[in-house]
Amino acid sequence: MIEIRQLHLIQGDFELRDINLSLPSGAYGVLMGRSGCGKTSLLEAIAGLRPIRSGSIRLGANDVTALKPAERGVGYVPQDRALFPTQRIRDQLAFSLMIRKAPESQIHDRVNDLAKLLGLSELLDRFPQSLSGGEAQRVALGRALAFRPQVLLLDEPLNALDEELHEEMCDLLQTIHRETRVTVLHITHSPQEARRLSDCHFRLINRKLEALDQ
Amino acid sequence: MTESTTASSGAASAPQSDSSRANHRVGSDGPFLAGLILLGGTYISIILLMIVADVAYTDPGSLLAAFKSPEIQFSIKLSLISCCVSTLLSVWVAVPIGYLMSRFRFPGKSLIDAVLDIPIVLPPLVIGVSLLILFNFPPFSWLSSVVVFEVPAVIIAQFMVAAAFAVRTMRVTFDQIPLRFEEVAMTLGCNRSQAFWQVILPQAKSGLLAAATIAWARSLGEFGPILVFAGSTRLRTEVLPTSVYLEMQAGNLKGMLAVAMIMVAAAAIVLVTARMFGMQRLQA
Repeated sequence: MIEIRQLHLIQGDFELRDINLSLPSGAYGVLMGRSGCGKTSLLEAIAGLRPIRSGSIRLGANDVTALKPAERGVGYVPQDRALFPTQRIRDQLAFSLMIRKAPESQIHDRVNDLAKLLGLSELLDRFPQSLSGGEAQRVALGRALAFRPQVLLLDEPLNALDEELHEEMCDLLQTIHRETRVTVLHITHSPQEARRLSDCHFRLINRKLEALDQ
Repeated sequence: MTESTTASSGAASAPQSDSSRANHRVGSDGPFLAGLILLGGTYISIILLMIVADVAYTDPGSLLAAFKSPEIQFSIKLSLISCCVSTLLSVWVAVPIGYLMSRFRFPGKSLIDAVLDIPIVLPPLVIGVSLLILFNFPPFSWLSSVVVFEVPAVIIAQFMVAAAFAVRTMRVTFDQIPLRFEEVAMTLGCNRSQAFWQVILPQAKSGLLAAATIAWARSLGEFGPILVFAGSTRLRTEVLPTSVYLEMQAGNLKGMLAVAMIMVAAAAIVLVTARMFGMQRLQA
């Protein structure tokens, strides 16, 4: 569950006020709005990467407003994916578990499971520079999912993919959602993507967040 | 061909300017390119000619004599050791300062930025004088008998200037690594320190190598501050630039050139090695 109450966010000369959002556990939420309207800032605030002026953010049973990004249990896939250029795909998928000092065998199993789910088994020993756009996106998803976060935040994950790949990735996101039951908040500009994937549909207009009926 | 395309597209949008566009002729790029090549080429030629002249003037006999002289042997050894130590120290401070200046905003940051430029803009001799004065005051004065006019003074004098250049390089290196990587690492469970060691520093390796190369090269060439702060005592605080100076004072032009050639060779080896490692990292 994601529950935002009376969020007030200022970044430079940009401001969001009185933002309320409620997304039930296991739901797939899509957030739309014009470029520059603050969608990414809102996602970053949920992940703990942007300080907020006031309001509260609850994820599941926890109030995470004062928690560090690392303590929020949020899987975050930024628009540019930000794959670590010096790490092999295997190490990127293992990263969050390695940081949590998980046992070697558990890391190994989780990496293999994710690689199977995301079709990355052949790419595990490669570096991100040699991946196509779709492959890089799947690695970024896998890296964010590895530690079984309760919430997955996706910032325009299907941008810049060709039509065929776009369809493939939509299917994959549906599969991931079905299998992991993670709560997803997904930013997009595509109404078609929103219709296809979302249980809950939000729109950020004139610095206000509206929930649209599905 | 380009001109005709421009004319036809211009005709579609603005028929009244048709004739002026059709008559527009672009002059040759030749003079501009020739200017670039002439001005750049002159400088590059002088660099190469300087080295060629040095090599042509050196005779193997004097080079061998220089290598055999115990003073020069000592000076080579002290130069290599002191440069390596001051490079390590420079990188040691350049990484944290470069990272702090690149990633954090704090009161007085622009003042600190200016302070970091002092060793770069201050005349080298003044740095030597300032170090000498500094070691008159406690707590530095407590150590002055083992530092001033001794080997540690050589290293400190080299470090003070080399570190400033290393800091600049590391700051640019960290500036070029997007903040996004740390942010993602933190959502994946890292604290700031883990994000730095696991994600950022591995990406800064080639910058680190560049900073070390610059620090080493600056240290090798350091002369003014060493002369003032460490003196020029043979077999004690004599480094290669000091040897050049002492040979020149003694009127031994051949010996001076031989030492200079040793420095050219050392600098070339470091430059080539750094470039090779840098290339490997880019290709990886």
